[in-house]
Amino acid sequence: MKTKYSSLFTLPYLLWSLIFIIVPMGLVVVFAFTTDSGQFTLDYVSQVGEYTNVLVRSVWLAAIATVICLVIGYPLAFIMSRMPGFQQQTMLMLIMLPMWMNFLLRTYAWMTILEKNGLLNKLLGFIGLGPFDMINTQGAVVLGMVYNYLPFMILPLYSIMTKIDSRTIEAAQDLGANTKNVFLRIVIPMSLPGISTGITMVFVPSVSTFIISRMLGGGGNLLIGDLIDLQFLGNAYNPHLGSAISLVLMVLILLCMSLLNQFNGDEEREGMLL
Amino acid sequence: MKWLSKTYIWVIMLFLYAPIGVLIFFSFNQSKSRSNFTGFTLDWYTRLFHNDLILQSLLNTLIVALVSSVIATVIGTAAAVGLNSMKKWKKSLIMNITYLPIVNPEIVIGVSFMLLFVLAQGLLGRINLGFEFGYGTLILAHVTFNLPYVILNVLPKMRQMDKYVYEAALDLGCPPVKAFFRVVLPEIMPGILSGFLMAFTYSLDDFVISYFVSGASSQTLPITIYSMTRRKVSPEINAISAIIFVVVLLVLLLVNFHGAHKERVSRREGGLA
Repeated sequence: MKTKYSSLFTLPYLLWSLIFIIVPMGLVVVFAFTTDSGQFTLDYVSQVGEYTNVLVRSVWLAAIATVICLVIGYPLAFIMSRMPGFQQQTMLMLIMLPMWMNFLLRTYAWMTILEKNGLLNKLLGFIGLGPFDMINTQGAVVLGMVYNYLPFMILPLYSIMTKIDSRTIEAAQDLGANTKNVFLRIVIPMSLPGISTGITMVFVPSVSTFIISRMLGGGGNLLIGDLIDLQFLGNAYNPHLGSAISLVLMVLILLCMSLLNQFNGDEEREGMLL
Repeated sequence: MKWLSKTYIWVIMLFLYAPIGVLIFFSFNQSKSRSNFTGFTLDWYTRLFHNDLILQSLLNTLIVALVSSVIATVIGTAAAVGLNSMKKWKKSLIMNITYLPIVNPEIVIGVSFMLLFVLAQGLLGRINLGFEFGYGTLILAHVTFNLPYVILNVLPKMRQMDKYVYEAALDLGCPPVKAFFRVVLPEIMPGILSGFLMAFTYSLDDFVISYFVSGASSQTLPITIYSMTRRKVSPEINAISAIIFVVVLLVLLLVNFHGAHKERVSRREGGLA
């Protein structure tokens, strides 16, 4: 369908994305580099340096959560992809069902389980263990991330693994490859695009979360997201510093993603995000 | 090997569902304790249905989700139709902008909206067009993050469509507008529908972006849930979880069975052909 006017259809969307995507993003950059009176300044960006420990903690916890998701999710995705059709559908549904519950509720569930006099401590008490301090620790934050974002790892892995032909694996086995070699030389290389999509889809929301850390990490385990929230809706109202931290977060994520793309080669990008 | 993978699946399912199970279990608990089950009650459910704040925020959520996903569907479908006939470089430039709200962390999007709206408040306030954070800001923000999902669902359908059908309609004397509604639209309808549904569900579920752009009078359900988790222990949250879980389960079952049925029908038809 090619008419003179057909590209006009895009116009409302272009206007919309100009006003509501480009301008707001621009504002973040402008706010990060200006003072209240509109003067250019690098103060706020350099002030972010004071929070290096929070930045490092965010990246570190998100990275641990991502690795755990990959380690747990990879075998599951592979097992799923080799199941008969109907079972695959059921499994997919079972994995997506918790995903459709609001993440606040999922995180709240862990809050009640990990509490000092929560269910887990009570169960451990029966066998004479504990009580342990589980909530308000970094471990709890990582657990919250893994629990919330594990499906985001499994789904892209699964969808790429269904494309691996079983005959390729059988051929490798026929030619004498053992299980280890089949995985190292066939399955893993062929699932690399799924691995990098999964890593992105777990890492980005983990590194920028502020709810999980607040609900499960207590006050002592602030992450970048909490810092940003504090500058905008918290007591420390300072949109300039908040914008500067947001900018740093975006750059951080871009860096991580371009690093990932190095391993990904020039695979087809289309539709990878969904 | 077989039993090993079976056990593995069971362990993961236990991990995924045990917390939700615990949550639902304690929604029937008489006391407020979250670890001691003292007796069965449905009190928390009745309280939930008499809690005006929760009912109001549920209504807000539905209004915002419906309005924003309809607007996003209209604008996004038009955009996909136009995009399909664009030059490659232009198209890929616009697609990169489209991916922005998906790749960017939610908190940054939320914060950037807040900056925009605060600025607009100041500027429009000077010419007496001031506004409060509320439905308006929520809907504008929701439309924006919904648009990519509509476009990404409709665009592939546009690409698959046989463009000669549309041209044939024109050749046979059909006016372009009518040809669009009679030929193109039915063809891309499945994409539009799934885009709409995706936008609607994302809208229902959104917390982070709404958190930064909602006013005191227009709280959505996730925001109300959040403030409930901050305040005090209340098994009403457990009751909400149970209801949401059941609703989601029913919807997924419905979609799945519908899908399975359609697949079977089309396979049978394919077998006959």
